[in-house]
Amino acid sequence: MTTLEFQHVTKVYNVRGSGQLKALDDVSFSLTSHQTIGLVGQSGSGKSTIAKILTQLERPTSGTVLLDGKPVPTFGKGLRRYRQQLRMVFQDPFASLNPYHSIRHHVERPLRLDRVVPPAEVDAEVRRLLERVRLDADAVIDRRPHELSGGQRQRVAIARALASRPSVLVADEPVSMLDVSIRLGVLALLSELQREEGLGVLYITHDLATARHFSDEIMVLNQGRIVERGAADDVILDPQDPYTRELRAASPDPEKHFQELAAQNAGGAR
Amino acid sequence: MTDTLLSVRDFSVVYDVDPPVRAVKNVDLEIGRGEIVGLAGESGCGKTTLAYGVQRLLRPPAVITSGSVTFHDEDGIDVDLNTLDAEHMRRFRWDKISMVFQGAMNALNPVATIGSQLEDVFEVHRPELGRAERRRAVVELLEIVKVGGQRRRSFPHELSGGMRQRVMIAMALALRPQLMVMDEPTTALDVLVQREILRQISQLRHEFGFSVVFITHDLPLLLEISDRIAIMREGEIVELASAERIWNAPQHEYTQRLLASFPRLTGQKGVVAR
Repeated sequence: MTTLEFQHVTKVYNVRGSGQLKALDDVSFSLTSHQTIGLVGQSGSGKSTIAKILTQLERPTSGTVLLDGKPVPTFGKGLRRYRQQLRMVFQDPFASLNPYHSIRHHVERPLRLDRVVPPAEVDAEVRRLLERVRLDADAVIDRRPHELSGGQRQRVAIARALASRPSVLVADEPVSMLDVSIRLGVLALLSELQREEGLGVLYITHDLATARHFSDEIMVLNQGRIVERGAADDVILDPQDPYTRELRAASPDPEKHFQELAAQNAGGAR
Repeated sequence: MTDTLLSVRDFSVVYDVDPPVRAVKNVDLEIGRGEIVGLAGESGCGKTTLAYGVQRLLRPPAVITSGSVTFHDEDGIDVDLNTLDAEHMRRFRWDKISMVFQGAMNALNPVATIGSQLEDVFEVHRPELGRAERRRAVVELLEIVKVGGQRRRSFPHELSGGMRQRVMIAMALALRPQLMVMDEPTTALDVLVQREILRQISQLRHEFGFSVVFITHDLPLLLEISDRIAIMREGEIVELASAERIWNAPQHEYTQRLLASFPRLTGQKGVVAR
């Protein structure tokens, strides 16, 4: 069991010309393995800053990040070992894979760098990982990113993230750039891997409907502050915070829309 | 619905590359006056090509291989868009049909104020207006879309994404067109800003009575704002019906599949299954 913990994390950016911007304001939460947390909020609410601090791409201005109770290392081997346990899946599968390199190269690199398996077993492990994300290893292993569809590319990115056998995945809008009909497939794959590998997943999104569908819990972020956290259905169906209510009211909800229309029509007929 | 504003008949577009790509295949579509028609489909289905083709905005290798587009002007004259020469077509666009392009908010000129960019529209299409009148019209437009007239001196980077998109809508609205074609106008915006802009579009439609063709892959959103929805796949409209019918009784297998791609926000957990 791995536990990642944010304790009173604040992040302030100095913005040239306009002083300081508080991107995160006293944020505390914990994320354990075997659990998916959906992190929702509008643009600029601080979602990506949380991801950057989790991966130690940014340092908090104050507060600490703990892994199993110990402060997360900020440099050297310790940091590398930490990052081996926490991997990212990015939004844009076109930008996150290197167009010059084959799929094999992308998945192989973390295996070799982190010495996950002995060199002789690297090839077999690459194939296993590709099959794990439901790609036909023989068909894709020697291809380059541009020869694959967006959905296939995102699967490669997931295979690469899994290669170092992490305990936590941070997925920042992993499907928002994919075609709508394949989004659920990729999310379903992530959730299946989450269950089977016992991963902790932080699912960052602005899409409340998929957050409800694929998370155990949802955290709502507004202007750098967590305004609500709870079981996914509770947060979406019975939001307590006014901001969460606002977000929900703004999200397209045809079901409610047509119910209201029907009610209006019935009212008019009376 | 009210009477017809635009009739598209047997419209086809081919990208003349090797091998040729039939991007739009024999599409028939009618847009009613004051109606919001949603055009839904995934990337590569031809929805943008159709919208561009109707206004003859396509460049080679795209070729319109068949079909006609007739615009039934509110003053009673029918215009066959295929017969207009370049000059008439240029005057026709923006005046009768205007367009909000995909990613349009990033298409503003970064080194000119939004006021001067809006004034350009009048300078070209309403040359009879004097300077003061143009300025008054610009201020009025910025007020209408709730950016505020005083922002006419602002440069694009001084405005948020949502405000820039409103400026683009103001631009499309400038000559009081009878049809506005909007290609993914809210895709890059977050839900709160998106909702604000949708509200504004529907309010403006009530006020000015124009029709809207709204192109997006976001079917739940279309279901809420459209009168009718056309579902496109591989260059064909596979289903065209009222939003209510698409929601309650989708006929085509692909429509059902698209609906099932969206998990429900409220109600029973799961996807929309038909």
